[in-house]
Amino acid sequence: MSKYTLKLYVTGLTRRSSTAISNLRSICKNDLNDEVELDIIDVLERPQLAEDEKILATPTLIKVLPAPVRRILGDLSDRDRVLIGLDIRGDINGQESLNQ
Amino acid sequence: MAMRRSAGGASQSRSARHKQLSKCPTGIHGLDEVTQGGLPRGRPTLVAGMAGSGKTLMATEFLVNGATDYNEPGVFMAFEESAEELAANVQSLGWDLKSLIRQRKLIIDQVRINPSEIEETGEYDLEGLFVRLGHHIDKIKAKRVVLDTIEVLFAGFESQSVIRSELQRLFRWLKERGVTAIITGEHGESNLTRHGLEEYVSDCVLALDHRVNAELSTRRLRIVKYRGSAHGTNEYPFMIDQDGFSVLPVTSMGLNHPANTGRISSGIKCLDEMLGGKGYIRGSTVLVSGMAGTGKTSLASAFAAAACKRGEKTLCFTFEESPQQVMHHMKSIGMNLMPMVKKGLLHYHAARPARQGFEQHLVTMHRIIEKVQPKVVIVDPMSSFTGPDSRLDATSFMTRLIDYLKTKGITGLFTSLSYDGEPLESTHAKVSSLMDAWLLLRDVELDGERNRLITIIKARGIGHSKQCREFVLSDKGIDLVDVYLGEGQVLVGTARATAEARSEADRAADMAQVKKAHRTLEVKRQALEAQIASLRAEHELNELHYVNLSDKRKRQLNASRTAQDNRSRLRGGTKKNATRK
Repeated sequence: MSKYTLKLYVTGLTRRSSTAISNLRSICKNDLNDEVELDIIDVLERPQLAEDEKILATPTLIKVLPAPVRRILGDLSDRDRVLIGLDIRGDINGQESLNQ
Repeated sequence: MAMRRSAGGASQSRSARHKQLSKCPTGIHGLDEVTQGGLPRGRPTLVAGMAGSGKTLMATEFLVNGATDYNEPGVFMAFEESAEELAANVQSLGWDLKSLIRQRKLIIDQVRINPSEIEETGEYDLEGLFVRLGHHIDKIKAKRVVLDTIEVLFAGFESQSVIRSELQRLFRWLKERGVTAIITGEHGESNLTRHGLEEYVSDCVLALDHRVNAELSTRRLRIVKYRGSAHGTNEYPFMIDQDGFSVLPVTSMGLNHPANTGRISSGIKCLDEMLGGKGYIRGSTVLVSGMAGTGKTSLASAFAAAACKRGEKTLCFTFEESPQQVMHHMKSIGMNLMPMVKKGLLHYHAARPARQGFEQHLVTMHRIIEKVQPKVVIVDPMSSFTGPDSRLDATSFMTRLIDYLKTKGITGLFTSLSYDGEPLESTHAKVSSLMDAWLLLRDVELDGERNRLITIIKARGIGHSKQCREFVLSDKGIDLVDVYLGEGQVLVGTARATAEARSEADRAADMAQVKKAHRTLEVKRQALEAQIASLRAEHELNELHYVNLSDKRKRQLNASRTAQDNRSRLRGGTKKNATRK
């Protein structure tokens, strides 16, 4: 059973979409130990899903599990903020401060 | 609804005639007239206004009318409220959004932005919004789109520059899609909208305003710009009531009311006679002014009753008395209005002037006039609005109302209370110039009693009496009596009666005197004639005497001559005879 359920919504195969996808893959591998169930959705192909998930900006990464649900906007190039959004970075920061 | 449709249709044909840019009728009461046909078709329109100014409602009505009256489905992108909230809010207006949604004529999509659960991690755009909107438009073949209030985006995202460029792209995209869109924006401090949306929407900008003046709120709409179209630039009052949004076009109409020639009875026979024998001119506006208790309402009610008797619908706006009071009071002068109300000919609408600003009153009155479709409208009294402080506003209010009545060919009668200490004629100088006829009711106090006087100050197009009449209210109704005009004064009431009696007696005395003088003269003449006759007789006698005398003398002469001749013949000489001759 995967620890994370993530959904990435992109619009078409733009440069921004592929940047987001590759950034996400790298984060999954390096920071989430690949314990990820990842869904990549092109809302141009499935607009109903965009409506259902209330997608406004793209790319949008939604952390469905573990709770709480978080939305991460942008091409995910700011890795630190992605990790904060995934509620990972906060923990690391806390450990670091303890270590010091 | 039928009304609205025809209004939209009329303005459409007007714009077609002038070959203006294509317009999309909003179906909103009055707005299509003000914009001369509606919003620019296929382009975005910005509606800016403060919180609570009616932006959302206007946008909703635009969609509802499009879906129900113009067969143009619409998409509502709600950034602030949920579909359920929206539907509940407008349910009281009789709009069933849920049924429209079921009929695939409307889609409401809530765009929820919760900044606390959003983390921005790099470049992004609002393509998701475009996709959703595009998907909705395709799904129901929407022609209309509302984005309410898109400025929420600025609060939801960190990167303002991204939002700006994306909005610019959105408006361009909307134009490319060819949908007529309303974008609402919150009123800003220095700009029209808080985030300067007006920079992006260049085709049409409407501003809604909600002002409180003298504790009365007034809603106003202004067309800030409308590229490629003529439009009114005034502020138009509008109101939101149980029928939705309605704008008052008013002064845009110009002065092209048809001249009316038909005549209509004032309900008082003697007054009709004063008005050239036929009463008021149909479709004209009559002002009845006077101090308290001079009979303005009675005069107005008589007019209403006469109209009802002819079978014409009459609408009375009363601002000081309740309809029941008016009817009760009119009964005391022998006027029973109740049956006319029951027959649906006479309609009353009573409201406190302080209930709302007069723009709101005006819109309400428009609404009711359209509903009732009367031939005669009575406003009693209009001076409720013309308090001494707010004359200017009231003048424009009256102009608008009169304008409206005239275009509709409705005969209007306005009563107006004159205030103590004001010169009577100048009391309503500003308003009176709008009026076609002006009746002045006055109170005259004389010898311890008050009497009412009526004067026609003006009556355009009517050869009217310039005389004052006494205005008598009794249980038999209203009557006008000629006043006593004599000895350099005007007398009414008992004084008139007394004066009339007195002058009658005087006249009789005068007559007697004249008769007496006549008789004396006659006697004198007869005496004179007798004298003349006797003189003549005497003269004739003298003449006779003279004739006799001269005859005698002739005879004597002849006799003496004959005797001389005889004597000379006897003596035989002729010379002496010759000299004696």
